[in-house]
Amino acid sequence: MHNETNMNSPAPQSGLLDRSDTRVKHANNLGDVIRAFFDRVKSGDLGSSPVIVGLIVIWSVFTFLNPLFVTPNNLVNLLFDCSTVGVISLGVVCVLMLGEIDLSVGSMSGVGSALIGVLWVNQGMPLPLANLAALSVGAVIGSVYALLRTQLGMPSFVSTLAGLLALLGLQLYMLGSTGSINLPYGSSMVDFGQLLMMPAWFSHAIALLPGAAILLMGLRTRAHRSAANLSAGSVSGLVLKAVATTIAFEAAIFYLNIGRGVPWMFGLFALLVVGMNYVFTRTKWGRSVKAVGGNAEAARRAGINVTYTYLTSFALCSLLASLGGILSSARLASASQQAGTGDVNLNAIAAAVIGGTSLFGGRGSAWSALLGIIVIQSISNGLTLLNMSSSLRYMITGCVLAIAVIVDSLARQSRVSHGRA
Amino acid sequence: MTTAPLSQSEAKSQPILSLRGISKNFGAVQALTDIELDVSPGEVVALVGDNGAGKSTLIKVLSGVHAPTSGTIHFENKQVDMQSPSDALDLGIATVFQDLALCENLDVVSNIFLGQERNPWHLDEVSMEVRSWELLNELAARIPSVREPIASLSGGQRQTVAIARSLLLNPKIIMLDEPTAALGVAQTAEVLNLVERVRDKGLGVIMISHNMEDVRAVADRVIVLRLGRNNGVFSPDSSNEELVGAITGATDNAVTRRASKRAAAMQIQG
Repeated sequence: MHNETNMNSPAPQSGLLDRSDTRVKHANNLGDVIRAFFDRVKSGDLGSSPVIVGLIVIWSVFTFLNPLFVTPNNLVNLLFDCSTVGVISLGVVCVLMLGEIDLSVGSMSGVGSALIGVLWVNQGMPLPLANLAALSVGAVIGSVYALLRTQLGMPSFVSTLAGLLALLGLQLYMLGSTGSINLPYGSSMVDFGQLLMMPAWFSHAIALLPGAAILLMGLRTRAHRSAANLSAGSVSGLVLKAVATTIAFEAAIFYLNIGRGVPWMFGLFALLVVGMNYVFTRTKWGRSVKAVGGNAEAARRAGINVTYTYLTSFALCSLLASLGGILSSARLASASQQAGTGDVNLNAIAAAVIGGTSLFGGRGSAWSALLGIIVIQSISNGLTLLNMSSSLRYMITGCVLAIAVIVDSLARQSRVSHGRA
Repeated sequence: MTTAPLSQSEAKSQPILSLRGISKNFGAVQALTDIELDVSPGEVVALVGDNGAGKSTLIKVLSGVHAPTSGTIHFENKQVDMQSPSDALDLGIATVFQDLALCENLDVVSNIFLGQERNPWHLDEVSMEVRSWELLNELAARIPSVREPIASLSGGQRQTVAIARSLLLNPKIIMLDEPTAALGVAQTAEVLNLVERVRDKGLGVIMISHNMEDVRAVADRVIVLRLGRNNGVFSPDSSNEELVGAITGATDNAVTRRASKRAAAMQIQG
């Protein structure tokens, strides 16, 4: 028979539960952690590293070409612009995680802004109610896509392409012959979209939170893991990470406060990103979305309600698209026929992909919407500062998207060859 | 067809699971016809048959993946209607599928707890990881890290993860579709030990295997399926010829011909 002592021994009594296998290298100190990170990147598990590298390159080039690019007030503008499409992009992440796509997010955001114009300005509905109505319409339309997908087996590519046209028609119909409804200046809505800034002390206080959260939650996880006889990371690494994060955030906030400050609208976007990140990583629903995106049949056999997962993801995507439309109407102080058309749709999808959410499903994060949209808006903003025409802007954005998808595909191939896909 | 006398275990207690007249059609293909099957608590039933005999289809019917076209399923003396895999899991029927049904993009812990996560609004990763290690150690698994995606594991390691997952919910019946197909010597022995341990705890086990050695080692009854029909119930002590005959449907078959050729060759040599 076989060697009992060698094969049948579970974890040695003294060792940690997850460190009994001697074949695995474990990161014990800071050097090991950094080395493990580079090994992971080399094997194709890129995470957000390509987008951060890309962002540094883009910002350096634009600053070199026109120093106005990095002035605080330009960056504040950039943040305003990021918030509207970024929220839409966050919704796109939800469906991309499932391995599906929603091509109608642009039109959906147009419908959202048109609803605000019609219900609030023309019909005189109270603003919160109008917002609620626009968001509900979004959720309903998303559910329709999900039902078409799950009940009739209609690919989301087709149903949302049809939705793109139908919703554009709805938007034009609602706006009527004038084609544009102006939102009143001085209203809370338009102030939120154009003017409202966080007080300096408040933004600095907020900037302390990420570092504090890293430290406190890290220490708590560490305590739990040690208590459960599992390996726990080093405290010094945790402190280093927290300090570095805090310094980076405080520096950024300080710089923005030299200009107009941090827009509340960006605050809302960042809050949504953090919230969705929590939902994706720490809740059962987020786990099911990733599972369905990875292997829908396996998820079904594990007892996950796949139809419900599709329904909620698509509804959330269209709801966030509608919210993005509301925010952009506030930013432009109008609900027009142009809202949500042109490059909004593709920018939102491109941002999610550039940020590192895979088009193949099952892999991605909420941060990708934030990072991706900063890349896209930086390019757009920088090219505008250089007085480049929109034709060039489209071409360059298109190339960046192509590069992002190539990086995604290459990383995927590399993961397969390293046995990690 | 030959039907060996039923073993005593069947008479011993009320079956926990019993199937009557189960049929399943896929379009024009009649995958299962009038299947009868009883499983008692503390009994290991081996399901054998050639490729395409309907073993995996039967497992899928019992796990709620496919709904039967006709027939009734009784579980704990109540007629049950399983519309989805979660119905089967709720009843206490756990399954290790032949294709394992794992999500390759998720790590080991996520896969073991898939659909059964602790604390849905704030996942309790630490306790899930501890429980995963307990289950895996019980199977003498050689898994380097439970925080790596399933994609980085070998076939045998994946199979162990799938078996560990089936044990998570303390089921009343475990169905194993070729549980030892990709396993090494030690892991196969552990799985067979596990089957016996599970049986001693009073659970019913249905095991599909092509390995007659494994079947004989743990089964209380051997049920043969052929072309989607019951083709006899055997005791594990039945001779190889009997079993192979029932599986292939003929006493003169590829296996016996090969055996007699070998015997003849041996005689010439000897």
